[in-house]
Amino acid sequence: MSDADRRSRSGNAANGFGYEEALLFELSREDRVGYSLPELDVPAVSPTDVLPEGSVREDLAELPELSEVDVIRHFTRLSTWNAAVDLGLYPLGSCTMKYNPKLNERVAHLAGFSAAHPRQPAALLQGFLHLCYELARHLAEVSGMDRVTLQPAAGAQGELAGIMMIRAYHEHRRDHRTKVMIPDTAHGTNPATATLNGYSVVEVPSNDAGILEPAAVDAAMTEDVAGIMVTNPNTLGLFEENMAAIAEIIHAKGGLVYGDGANLNAVLGIARPGDLGIDVMHFNLHKTFSTPHGGGGPGSGPVGIKNLLAKHLPVPVVQKSSGPDGDAYVLDSDFPLSIGRLHGNFGNAGMFVRAYAYLRSLGPDGLRRCADMAVLNANYVLARLKDSGAYKIPFDRTVMHECIVSDGNFSEQGVSTLDIAKRLIDYGYHPPTTYFPLIVPGALMIEPTESESLEGLDRFIEALLAIADEVHEDPELVRTAPHHTRRSRLDETRAARKPVLRWQPNAAE
Amino acid sequence: MRYIPHTERDIAQMLDVIGVPDVDSLFSTIPEKSRLRGELDVPAALSEQELLRVLSAMAARNANTDTHDWFLGAGVYAHFLPTAVDALTSRAEFLTAYTPYQPEISQGTLQAIFEWQTMICGLTGMEVANASMYDGASAAAEAALMAMRVTKRSRIVMAEGVNPEYRAVVRTYLSGIGAEIVEVGRAEDGRSQPIAPHIDGDTACVLVQQPSFLGAIEDLASAADAAHEHGTQLVAVVSEALSLALLEAPGALGADIVCGEAQSFGVPMSVGGPHVGFMATRQKLVRQLPGRLVGQTVDTEGRRGFVLTLATREQHIRREKATSNICTNQGLCLLMATIYLSLLGRRGLRRLAEINLSKAEYAKARVRETPGLSLPLSAPTFNEFVVALDGPADAALARALDSGIIGGLDLETDAPELGPSLLVCTTELASRDAIDRLIAALPAGSDSGSQEAAR
Amino acid sequence: MSSTQIPKELLYSREDEWARVEDHRVVVGITDYAQDQLGDIVFVELPEIGKPLEIRDVLGAIESVKAVSDLYAPVAGTIVEVNRQLEDKPEIVNEDCYGDGWMCVIEIAGDDALADLIDAAAYAQHCADRAD
Repeated sequence: MSDADRRSRSGNAANGFGYEEALLFELSREDRVGYSLPELDVPAVSPTDVLPEGSVREDLAELPELSEVDVIRHFTRLSTWNAAVDLGLYPLGSCTMKYNPKLNERVAHLAGFSAAHPRQPAALLQGFLHLCYELARHLAEVSGMDRVTLQPAAGAQGELAGIMMIRAYHEHRRDHRTKVMIPDTAHGTNPATATLNGYSVVEVPSNDAGILEPAAVDAAMTEDVAGIMVTNPNTLGLFEENMAAIAEIIHAKGGLVYGDGANLNAVLGIARPGDLGIDVMHFNLHKTFSTPHGGGGPGSGPVGIKNLLAKHLPVPVVQKSSGPDGDAYVLDSDFPLSIGRLHGNFGNAGMFVRAYAYLRSLGPDGLRRCADMAVLNANYVLARLKDSGAYKIPFDRTVMHECIVSDGNFSEQGVSTLDIAKRLIDYGYHPPTTYFPLIVPGALMIEPTESESLEGLDRFIEALLAIADEVHEDPELVRTAPHHTRRSRLDETRAARKPVLRWQPNAAE
Repeated sequence: MRYIPHTERDIAQMLDVIGVPDVDSLFSTIPEKSRLRGELDVPAALSEQELLRVLSAMAARNANTDTHDWFLGAGVYAHFLPTAVDALTSRAEFLTAYTPYQPEISQGTLQAIFEWQTMICGLTGMEVANASMYDGASAAAEAALMAMRVTKRSRIVMAEGVNPEYRAVVRTYLSGIGAEIVEVGRAEDGRSQPIAPHIDGDTACVLVQQPSFLGAIEDLASAADAAHEHGTQLVAVVSEALSLALLEAPGALGADIVCGEAQSFGVPMSVGGPHVGFMATRQKLVRQLPGRLVGQTVDTEGRRGFVLTLATREQHIRREKATSNICTNQGLCLLMATIYLSLLGRRGLRRLAEINLSKAEYAKARVRETPGLSLPLSAPTFNEFVVALDGPADAALARALDSGIIGGLDLETDAPELGPSLLVCTTELASRDAIDRLIAALPAGSDSGSQEAAR
Repeated sequence: MSSTQIPKELLYSREDEWARVEDHRVVVGITDYAQDQLGDIVFVELPEIGKPLEIRDVLGAIESVKAVSDLYAPVAGTIVEVNRQLEDKPEIVNEDCYGDGWMCVIEIAGDDALADLIDAAAYAQHCADRAD
């Protein structure tokens, strides 16, 4: 019997000391329990006695039966199959994968936050409402906006709220506009948000230096355009130098300026969107303010506005009322011109607690330090890669918090950007964002964040350089990467052609 | 700053490589007149121990399930949280990962999502479920948008039994695209009035919440028949997901889309979020489903693995033609729910639902026998029901509070036609003793102070 | 690009559809160039039978794992037939785009319905222009 055969019969080890792990449903054994429920202290009621005929279901056969040990091992093992910020550099451009402080988790777990209810009387929720009020006030200061709503559950919902407020503003003035202007470097959520608001999209090109040109905006701006959505710093990692002039052009024809705050980390304490003519913007608490990404969410996307949009804010709004007994915080829904509600409750409240803790941990110096070191890190990576000549640098200038390189002439070796990304995994790095922004063919978008040390960046750069050598010496090695993960490249075509989206008993493997 | 590793020596070395004299030079692309003068006016940094004291003081000013007996539900439910759920979701490999774009190093997250999708399909009686939505309210709104895409119609019929906050979100989401929204009122017994007269050939979907906001168990099968007669989709909305363990799966009763909120499955109330919306539908509608999806496939060695799939529906590819602008999911919260459902499992979840039902039936029996209190709605309920009072609701809640009880939701705003009344929820956390004390405190003439003293 | 097949007997649109004229009907599919650009095709969204069309109306969509391409009507008319086989086997478009991978049949409306189409030589030039 071979070693492999013996191991597959009697063990479950994957590469290293990891574990192969079956699905929960395959691990299930009849009559195992993973719960303990208290004795019923009231008379037991049979569902069929009190509920209408035909309304009671028979069984929950689809759920597994497992012991607590089974469940703990299953998910602990699954966790070992993930890359994560706490394991190492995660330079996913545009995502700001900075360190998520443990203290933030601790305070969010305090029962006064985690076990409180959104509809309990405001008088019994003063600590939380106070926190919301203060967080909104600090975010307004950081961004130079007048007011902030915390309600949107993620950046994309923040965009929705922001464009809705712009629409409400125009509609209230009986100014019917049908279009939104969006640069060609924009994130896909921008056009999708415009559509949800009934707007069509006017795309405006960036110039050869990768930024917006006032003339191009002027040419596209008409009195039919409700506003422009600008990400600044943009998705190329460049500061939109002409922001103030662009805002003037838009404002002159009655439009408003939406700022996508995805890349706010680069300018904390250095420049404020509100000072550059932005009328409304969203924050990503899960990017700039260190709330954990959680495997894809929850995010949190507060929106800052200038006062001209205040009457359109989503409700309820947290207000402070000062009286003889001190300050009290109240929920105000008396906004007849509000866009309404976007979330069933206040938004992703647990993230407010974390972001507030982060802001208070940093203070003004710490916030500025984030931007300084994030920008230093990105420029350091860019400078070293440029010096090496191994990668193409599509926009050779000082960048903000992220830099873009492209795969150069690797296609002659039959190696794609995706292959480079996959090979980085073998070196222990989560790959950068690939193929975005769309206007740079073969882009690798690297955002190191301020959390990474000099020696950590050096090792990462060495990995990128080593791969560039491999492309020429052994392209097949790169094309077929990763080689040291527990799964090799997965067949995405097969997944999409014949979608298998749930486990089913007796399904053919 | 303990979160940032750079020493002054590191910085000098890095600047040297970049070829600039100082960090400020890196910001030269920001025009001088665009810069902030001075520093941000936010409070100075606090040490870890100082911050913990500040936040603990804020937390202490919020009533919660540790400080009070709890009868408030209305869309967010106080259930017991098994210790294992938080222990596992606090693992940094789950907590500090992002969207599983690189499947070779994200199989943990991907497999957990696949397991979640499977469980949601089972609970709802549907064939495909997505990797979660922001919350139940936005899931309801996205379901209405999806039904509009499927039917190419723009009229929405919504039962008033749908949580009022969900209805508000549906109205907000649909405000920009010229949809017509019609609401159907409540019948005497608490359920929705017959839906059929409100549906026509232009109706994209009917949204019905099960159980309704006021707790009534609706007749989904009839709603489905009425909808299907006009080619209209039935959207079943579920805000107390534990009810799925007891009530017939909406899919089995004819729902075309089932969506809602899974917070009840091990997710902390956390003042209303982050929670976890879910959405499920029939296989044939999968390409109209918004949000992320995880599918099974194989790697180059033929080993099973999981990937994000059918991404062409989403905004990063379809841009303005995407099914939704949603870009994240509630990954960590769906993980909590998946762990919770694994622990409770096939039998535990049903048993828990029966405990909730028994507590509610006990409380309702106590209401019936208590002078001054009554049950104004006769429809059957799960774990939440309306109690009519003989005096002002705020005074009744204040008396309950004196007994250390959060007594439910004052319905003055959401159902004023019922007169002074409360929406009361009894989960497994509600002890018989607490129920008895609540019932004793609610009538106008009761003297709760002495009871508190006797505790 | 030299390996891209462009059959001489077909007409082409600048949006990379081919058209085979059979009396008053036109069989429509996507070109070898288009299927190559998209990569592995995973889904084809077909039009409804009976749908009236103007030139360049969106007929349907063709999806690979990470891209979507709209299918435009190369001629004006009415959809009379669609290739149901593609619903289950979209890979046929990659394997045989000019044969079994056809998408739909349009019954032509009007005399100048074919006016916007170009011949194989012009289409080859159109592909070459974009390869630069």
